[in-house]
Amino acid sequence: MSAKNLFGREPGSVGEGLAQRGVSRRDFMKYCSAVTAMLNLPVSMASIVAESIAKARRQSVIWLSFQECTGCTEAITRSHSPTLENLIFDLISLDYHHTLQAASGDAAEHAREQAMKDNDGKYLLIVDGSIPMGNPGYSTIAGISNYDMLVDSAKGCAAIVAVGTCATYGGIPKADPNPTGAVSVAEIIKNKPIINVPGCPPIPVVMTGVLVHFLTFGKIPELDALGRPKIFYGETIHDRCYRRPFYDQGKFAKTFDDEAARKGWCLFELGCKGPVTYNACATTKWNDGTSFPIQSGHGCIGCSEPNFWDAGGFYKALSMPANPLEMTGKAALAGAVISTAALYANRGKKAAAKAAHETTTLADLKK
Amino acid sequence: MDHLAFLTWVRGTGLDIALSLFVFGVLWRLIEIYGLGVKKDLSEPRAGEAASGWHTIWRRSFPQKEAMMKSPVTYAGGIIFHFGLAIVVLFFVPHILLIKDMFGFGWPGLPSQVIDLVTVVTMVAMILVLVDRLVKPVKRFLSTKADYITWVLTFMPLLTGWLAVQHLLLPYTLMLAIHILSVEILLIVLPFSKLFHAFTAFGSRWYNGEVNGHKGVAV
Amino acid sequence: MSATMEKGVRVLKEVIDSRIASYFSSCVHCGICADACLFYTETGDPKYTPIHKLEPLRRVYEQEYTLFGKLGKLIGWSKAVTDAELAEWQELVYNSCTLCGRCSVVCPVGNDIVYMVRKLREGMSASGNAPDGLKGAVTRTVTIGSPMGIKLPAVKAQIKHVEADYGLKVPLDMEGADYLVMLSSMEIINFPEYLGAIGKIMHSVGKTWTLSSEAFEATNAGMQIGNSDLARVIVTRIVDAAEKLKAKTVISPECGHAYTALRWEGANLIGRPFTFKVQHIIEVLGEFEAQGLLKTEGMETDKLTFHDPCQLARRGGVIKQQRVLMNKVAENFVEMPDAGFMNWCCGGGGGASAIEEGEELRLKAFAVKIRQFNAVKPDRLVTACANCRIVLEEGLEHYAMKLPVIGLTELVAEHLPEPK
Repeated sequence: MSAKNLFGREPGSVGEGLAQRGVSRRDFMKYCSAVTAMLNLPVSMASIVAESIAKARRQSVIWLSFQECTGCTEAITRSHSPTLENLIFDLISLDYHHTLQAASGDAAEHAREQAMKDNDGKYLLIVDGSIPMGNPGYSTIAGISNYDMLVDSAKGCAAIVAVGTCATYGGIPKADPNPTGAVSVAEIIKNKPIINVPGCPPIPVVMTGVLVHFLTFGKIPELDALGRPKIFYGETIHDRCYRRPFYDQGKFAKTFDDEAARKGWCLFELGCKGPVTYNACATTKWNDGTSFPIQSGHGCIGCSEPNFWDAGGFYKALSMPANPLEMTGKAALAGAVISTAALYANRGKKAAAKAAHETTTLADLKK
Repeated sequence: MDHLAFLTWVRGTGLDIALSLFVFGVLWRLIEIYGLGVKKDLSEPRAGEAASGWHTIWRRSFPQKEAMMKSPVTYAGGIIFHFGLAIVVLFFVPHILLIKDMFGFGWPGLPSQVIDLVTVVTMVAMILVLVDRLVKPVKRFLSTKADYITWVLTFMPLLTGWLAVQHLLLPYTLMLAIHILSVEILLIVLPFSKLFHAFTAFGSRWYNGEVNGHKGVAV
Repeated sequence: MSATMEKGVRVLKEVIDSRIASYFSSCVHCGICADACLFYTETGDPKYTPIHKLEPLRRVYEQEYTLFGKLGKLIGWSKAVTDAELAEWQELVYNSCTLCGRCSVVCPVGNDIVYMVRKLREGMSASGNAPDGLKGAVTRTVTIGSPMGIKLPAVKAQIKHVEADYGLKVPLDMEGADYLVMLSSMEIINFPEYLGAIGKIMHSVGKTWTLSSEAFEATNAGMQIGNSDLARVIVTRIVDAAEKLKAKTVISPECGHAYTALRWEGANLIGRPFTFKVQHIIEVLGEFEAQGLLKTEGMETDKLTFHDPCQLARRGGVIKQQRVLMNKVAENFVEMPDAGFMNWCCGGGGGASAIEEGEELRLKAFAVKIRQFNAVKPDRLVTACANCRIVLEEGLEHYAMKLPVIGLTELVAEHLPEPK
């Protein structure tokens, strides 16, 4: 059976590309079923997803990296799920990504400009890293400041996917005292749809899942108040955590190496931020569904939440005060001193009333 | 301000401010009240006073039969909501952790299902007590705006805490932050409202028991 | 010099102490005190809620001694207490409060409301807002010697009658007697049998006793009106007489508030502990009984019940003795519901019976006593307070209930063995 017949696709489509790379229909349907499940769609949707993806033109994607650690890119490439993540590179045309692309120097920048021109209004912009607003010189690419490159690249895009906590909320560069004046993509670009995919890094299949959703439906998924796709960020880690029963029973590990920790009890007391962290770690897990931080014995640090770095310490239980109560002692002292002064005034008033007492006689009973 | 930043603020600066004002206010009020002094009773005592003082502190936590029959809602509702409040505040594990973190000691908590049930019962009792306040002529007559405000301020931590645990209405992070904020507001208002009876009720019972012990009638 | 608002507020500032501060800070407006007050239960009018009777005192306390009260006064949020308000509160502080103390023992936060009413009366009287009936009573007590205007000759006349009727000597101004016996005007005028009973009992148990010509009246209208200065004048007479006669024990008569005035307030009024003991006559009889001195014969056979005077029982700590005595002389002694510690007031205590304009309310509130009586349907009612006795008789008459009221001391005296 020819590749054309296998996918029944037009030249230039995803289906043709896949066929040329020798991907079997069986592999492709497996991938589509997995994607369908991940997107919380009914199983019957798998063939429709397959159809949409196969039919789609390979999506032009420009990936910009600003103040970041390349962890997001590492995550998406080092994925142990070749039937999923690698396929992504068959679905899209990654026209610019300065870590992955072969071209360098002027040629690289030229590729970006060409892609923007060829796909004006249609290309997808992926950003990882935050943008320094303190001084444009803090981070530049080919002599272009991050800010200028973002604004320029965003002009003709169909939508932006902010990948990683830096691009979505400012991330670690923004951590107190934010020396570079780092901001998120959404703080600069106001007139384009932005999908936030936070995480440090985000879960690889979440990143790919968001792209698949965009390709399948041609529009951005339903987002929460922080611009995150609800399909992946709709519930907290705590809600879906396999250790949740221990929390409900009040069974907690007190240290990382005690008997309770070995028994796999809840890590809440050790500072787990699962209850306030919205992400899919507990369900999707990492490395082909192998594990996630809590399963490996460490509490969630809340990396997919804004300002997680400054949220009061990774090892402090959520119910504990974030800061030591330095002010309270002073307040106690002030309360004692000032009120004692006020008390002297009160006692003085009482004594004065007593001193001014005029002994009542019978005549004094009448007004 | 995003939800986690809000939560971080209420756990940090907000809690610091609230606790400071609370401690300041409590000390202020205690000194203001108990510093005024009491004249020594010169009459010959019939019996010891201290034992009676302690007795009254304990005894008044429970109703007398006659009073119970006449104000069943006030008493039953009041007792359930006070004990419920104490259980929820003192035996919910995250609360114990807070205490442990601040003072270095803690105690075992209750399963969250139990806390959940107690919270609902406590809220129902509080609602009944409020309805009673609105319906019963004496209570309605005595009530001031402050009585209703303090009811709301006491109810809010219960409600928001419960909603947060149940994941209702608002995202957990935001609800948890609102819960902590509501507790902070309660802490700030407590010393300067009738809620200060949480402290003075014991002093008042002591005084009452002391006077009556002096006369040989333990009340 | 006359009573003024300024004086009233100054006196309140003087009497407010940690107790009052703690009590007001503890009130949660639960209204439970109302259910304990006969003036509320029998009228259903919320204004008779005990804690509400203290509004003027609460405002003075908050405005003078609390941070927010001072601020509120400064910015005009809370208005100063006016003379007109105090006048309006007269009914609540005097007519509808007998200082019975039921509210003080039910309050869940432990507020001693009676203590506060007593203190508020200091300000009420200093500002001229005490009821005329009490003003009259205190004036007569201070000028003439007793609230009913009885003078020594009347007492002497009564002594003669008693000596004649009972065939025993009534000692007057005898030095060094075991007991200095005080009387209340009621007993001098209405119940002379009390004096006779005392004579018989003292003779029977072999104790020496005396009356004093300088201090025979035990009641203290100064305390009822709530004025410590005047109460001190009255109590000082008794102290002086007791010390002059070197009495070991002063016996308070069958009168509740006289007992409170002498036993609990007296030493505090004169500012030093007493050099003698103070006992209520029932306490004394209880002691005689416990020591095996009190011999009686014969028993009453009709159904008797006992009305505990508030100041004797709940506010005075004498609860068991009267029961022991009742059982000693009556075979059919029954207890009313709430009897003893939680007994309902007759409605005339704390000076209320002297307030003419409070009579209607007093009689209305008496319905609670009728309910108590109906619950056990006694043939006769025994009590140990002459004021209770008068108020009970009035109330019973108003409700057309035939129920004789007698004093416990006389009842005990009737059962003494005939002297050989």
